[in-house]
Amino acid sequence: MLTAEEVSQIEHEISLVPVRKAAGIEALKIVQQHRGWVSDESLKDTAAFLGVSAEELDSVATFYNLIFRQPVGRHVILLCDSISCWVMGYEKIREHLMQKLGIKYGQTTPDGRFTLLPNVCLGTCDCAPALMVGPDLYQNVTPEELDEILSRYN
Amino acid sequence: MEKPLTQHITPDRKPLSLKEYEQVGGYRAVHKILKELTPEGVTNLVKDSNLRGRGGAGFNTGLKWSFVPMGPEVPRPKYLVANADEMEPGTFKDRILLEGNPHQLIEGMIVASYAIQADISYVFLRWAYKKAAQEITKAINEAYAAGYLGQNILGSGYSLEMHLHTGVGRYMCGEETALLNALEGKRATPRAKPPFPQVSGLFGKPTIVNNVETLCCLPHIVNNGAAWFKGLSRTGDAGTKIYGVSGKVNKPGAWELPMGVTVRELIEEYAGGMKNGYRFKGALPGGASTDFLVEEHLDTPMDYPSIAAVGSRMGTGTMIILDDHTCPVGFVHNLQHFFAQESCGFCTPCREGLPWVEKILLSLDRGEGKPEDIQLLNFHTKALGPGNTFCALAPGAMEPLQSALKYFGEDFERHINEKQCPWK
Repeated sequence: MLTAEEVSQIEHEISLVPVRKAAGIEALKIVQQHRGWVSDESLKDTAAFLGVSAEELDSVATFYNLIFRQPVGRHVILLCDSISCWVMGYEKIREHLMQKLGIKYGQTTPDGRFTLLPNVCLGTCDCAPALMVGPDLYQNVTPEELDEILSRYN
Repeated sequence: MEKPLTQHITPDRKPLSLKEYEQVGGYRAVHKILKELTPEGVTNLVKDSNLRGRGGAGFNTGLKWSFVPMGPEVPRPKYLVANADEMEPGTFKDRILLEGNPHQLIEGMIVASYAIQADISYVFLRWAYKKAAQEITKAINEAYAAGYLGQNILGSGYSLEMHLHTGVGRYMCGEETALLNALEGKRATPRAKPPFPQVSGLFGKPTIVNNVETLCCLPHIVNNGAAWFKGLSRTGDAGTKIYGVSGKVNKPGAWELPMGVTVRELIEEYAGGMKNGYRFKGALPGGASTDFLVEEHLDTPMDYPSIAAVGSRMGTGTMIILDDHTCPVGFVHNLQHFFAQESCGFCTPCREGLPWVEKILLSLDRGEGKPEDIQLLNFHTKALGPGNTFCALAPGAMEPLQSALKYFGEDFERHINEKQCPWK
């Protein structure tokens, strides 16, 4: 079941587009914002609300990198693995994160705190290597300061 | 040296409020077009200015607009979309404009919308640009409150709505027809052309998609004229350009400069030269999908025809440097991993070919390459080249590969002969 708040936010998005299902991506974003990820059940409820099949909405949900169809931790770390960050040695950051958190790409720490994902170019190549934790951008990151950065997130 | 696009952007990128923006001449272009110019007049002015699309393709902006059907009998609503889905690896120029002066973008969007008589406009912003999303939302609200957006703008009878859409991450969204599919809530796969979006775009209506930097040039062209805009440049291509340099240089960054500064000036003067102990080996001049330039090209002006004449593309004008301590095979492998991952999977050569290329490069990188691999890679640069795929993604991916094989062929051979990466 979608909550009243989710319904009202999705209705607003529907009002901005000429056909109901065009609000599909916005609806997925709204559901994910409230629930952290989009479960099969959430997907079915959202699809029914939009008047499309769950399969059709899933084809959209799974196309985009940042709609999560699996549970994620409270904070998602997006590590840029594109060219400028590669040249500037992002692999050291990756190794440090994986070792420190004890997880690989796509995994979540057992305490549900962090999920680690690779991400394409974050558009801050003059400050490589870069990563995001949730909505926060970190630039010119060194392995030494990673522990301090992570400690800001509970 | 004039820097119209970035003159009001401070190093901390705290943007001007609407009031502050007006005080430095902001929104004058909106007053001017609504009072003094017809939509056709604006289009002709921009055509005359020789403004070329800053997203990478370099098409004449006014000419692009001129394909939109005009007059009372045409399909409505018409749409204008700002392509703010900056995702070309190595590119970080639109972020500066989006975060640093959102009102300039909104003003440019009003100018473009008026020229094509659009009814609704969207900023298609990539998800990762959180600060930009906040600033643009605030600026759009201010523009509505001041009467620059909404019904009957400044009493002119012209009306325009504007919305922000944040994407959920896919390189394909930068391709304009794929972007339109994303805006319609669909998978971002490219559409067949024709019909071109100018005639049948968003929800089947006439639509123009312009890059952020392109749109930000417009208020200045309206205020100062086509001749002034042309005069900003050192070469035949008009205006300024936001150039960038990343990689092992002393001062990586982005700078608004006259169109046509040379590759050498960018690297040595603005980026402060190579870091101590590193030598320049090559550069992708305008993002991941452009051909390498090497030492012999350093004095080439960075404009569309000059870069094309030496076998590459201006692209986004943000350069990525390959230094002598970095393996060119590894460099290209990183790029092909990106392209293989971001292929939408819609057409076969791209979906199947790019992962194959990635795999071959990985085996070379690990010292497991075979002599015939070079031939296979060369085959792919043709098979995935222009004319064989549905959109420009795979041909773009082949540009750095084909030029790496051409300039750094010896380094590829060494990986095979020495059965290891010489840089490891």
